[in-house]
Amino acid sequence: MTDRKGTNRRQFNQVVAATVTLSALSPFGIARAQGAKLKVGVLLPRSGVQSFIGQSCQKGADLAPGVIREMLGVDVELMNADTETNVDTARTRAERLIQEGAQVLVGPFDSGAAAAIAQVAEQRGVPFVINIAAAPQITEQGYKFTFRNFPTAVDLLRNGLGLIGELFQATNTVPRTAVFMHVNDTFGQSMAKGIGGILPRLTQLPFRIVETISYDPAAKDLTVEVSKAKATRADFLLLVCRLNDAIILRREMVKQRWNPMGIIGPGNPGMYENQFYRALGKLSEYCISNVPWYNPRNELTKRVDAAFRKQNPKDQLMFHALNVGYTFEAILIAADARKRAGTSDPKALADAIRQTDIKSRMMLGGPIKFNAKGQVEGLASACIQNLNMHPTVVLPASAAEAKPVFPMPGYKA
Amino acid sequence: MPIDLVVNVFVAGLLTGLVYGLMALGLSVIFGVVRVVNFAHGEMMTIAMYATVVLFAALKLDPFLAVLPVAAGFFAFGYGLQAAVINPFVTRPETSQFMLLLAVAMVLVNGLLIIFGPDARNVQVAYQLESWAIGPILVDKARAFAAGAAVVTAGLLVAFFRYTLVGKAIRACADNYHGAKVVGLNIKRLYALTFGLGSVCVAVAGCAMVLLVDVTPALGMAYTLLAFVIVIVGGLGSMAGALLGGVLIGVSEALAGLFFTPSAKSMFSFALLILVLLFRPQGLLGRKT
Repeated sequence: MTDRKGTNRRQFNQVVAATVTLSALSPFGIARAQGAKLKVGVLLPRSGVQSFIGQSCQKGADLAPGVIREMLGVDVELMNADTETNVDTARTRAERLIQEGAQVLVGPFDSGAAAAIAQVAEQRGVPFVINIAAAPQITEQGYKFTFRNFPTAVDLLRNGLGLIGELFQATNTVPRTAVFMHVNDTFGQSMAKGIGGILPRLTQLPFRIVETISYDPAAKDLTVEVSKAKATRADFLLLVCRLNDAIILRREMVKQRWNPMGIIGPGNPGMYENQFYRALGKLSEYCISNVPWYNPRNELTKRVDAAFRKQNPKDQLMFHALNVGYTFEAILIAADARKRAGTSDPKALADAIRQTDIKSRMMLGGPIKFNAKGQVEGLASACIQNLNMHPTVVLPASAAEAKPVFPMPGYKA
Repeated sequence: MPIDLVVNVFVAGLLTGLVYGLMALGLSVIFGVVRVVNFAHGEMMTIAMYATVVLFAALKLDPFLAVLPVAAGFFAFGYGLQAAVINPFVTRPETSQFMLLLAVAMVLVNGLLIIFGPDARNVQVAYQLESWAIGPILVDKARAFAAGAAVVTAGLLVAFFRYTLVGKAIRACADNYHGAKVVGLNIKRLYALTFGLGSVCVAVAGCAMVLLVDVTPALGMAYTLLAFVIVIVGGLGSMAGALLGGVLIGVSEALAGLFFTPSAKSMFSFALLILVLLFRPQGLLGRKT
């Protein structure tokens, strides 16, 4: 018996049998692993204290499937989850994403959350590609499924402090003292520990830290902290901050009429984000961040920039450079591994990620290659200064778009 | 440590503490009369902050001018909430009251999330970043205005309760519920009025607070907790106690941040709470029951 479209009973039975077999196998992940789409669980703090940065990173995730399909021919399906800037929520969301079929996890812009997600990824055998998180211990645990394409706090600091030396040379300045303020979360503590370890060895730097002040990144008021910092009469402020606290701190500096030579972030977010400019206006000017940045001349950057403008016609990539760049690259790493592995099986993907060697990339630094610990080495930073209300590369000289301004001019409240 | 630094920090703590005190005053007034602990207190202040932000964005209305419409709206909201929702729970077990007001808090937070999203919002007025220099002491203008508003509001409230017939009737309700009923006072209406007045305190505190901190939907819980700490330290039901508690918490947090570590600021306010609970459980200005 044949129907009007030419399907006979035997063919129909074969289709039914295949469907039943696939359905039976899917709980064991056998059929799922062969699926055409790569399911990427994206964990970001889209609400809570870090919501602005989380949403900034999300822009990088949102444009990734289109760009990657064009580049590699791999179909990526995003499974978005909000960590709510909370470590416990990050852990439970990671669990749920895996239960719902995520084959790779990406995220989460926070060291505390990254450490929690890494544990889940290891237990469940699902690869986890960190977009942004700097605490060194995350890749020091001997994990087999955790990968990081972002500098550790030590590397961030080494690059960042090196650029501070270059900044002083370029501006012929010799600040003698700094007050060090830092957030007291996992990232901030790691950076503080790193500065304590590295700074004494960098004898070419002319300054010493006269006081260290830690504070809660969720603080609503930094009056006391800024009063203490101002009282040190330090030449400049060395600041490891997040976004919201950076805004509060900058406002408080104006209220207290504190005009140090400069505000320099040695490798942290906060002062180059779009919201920093929007919230502070002219007060955002001259702040300096020594951070990993994209190379505007790279072909991939231009491609991502075009996709970004298409998706965000009223926005500019430069305000999300680090967040979009590293989030995009994390998904690119997963898609590249999917293409080479020929399967979406998480274990095969993890093996393929270990063999990654992406030479054409967006961010400054060498090729994306993981060492035995799952860490990419050789990532570079740039000295970014807020000039004319946007982040401007001022060092290294080879990539500079403008000359650095240091000491920064005083402001009028 | 330079003395001007200590004085600067003390003044900032004092001014912030007065605003805290005004916020807690609403909680104290409501509890003192209605005997209901408002677990949605911080969330109500958050709504007042959002209302101020909206009025500023739409009409460029200064937060201190926005006090009038926001306070009027809050009086109506508080009156309606007490009359329609809380009054039936007044004679029920305290656990039922807690659950009711926690539910109200959850509804308010999630409503704000739906309407405004999770992002922080603020107002930017010309004097917000300015300060007065009195010798080596810098006084933050916005903080000083906020503290001034707190003192004026508290003064008006005290005058209302002391010198008006309605205020005296409310105090009579608080002192002797059955006696007030016997003399024919409309208890339910007076309770609703009290809740409305407590809400006005919260509204003024919210309008002032928006100059000092950015508002997010999740902000309320921390301020509910802070208000509890303040009224327990000052004495639950005591108006003067609420202001005193606010000032003590504001100053102790500021000085603790200065002399120890800023990260441990809130630890000291809770330490103060434990000390008060141990040695004067009714609060510094509270009456023994």
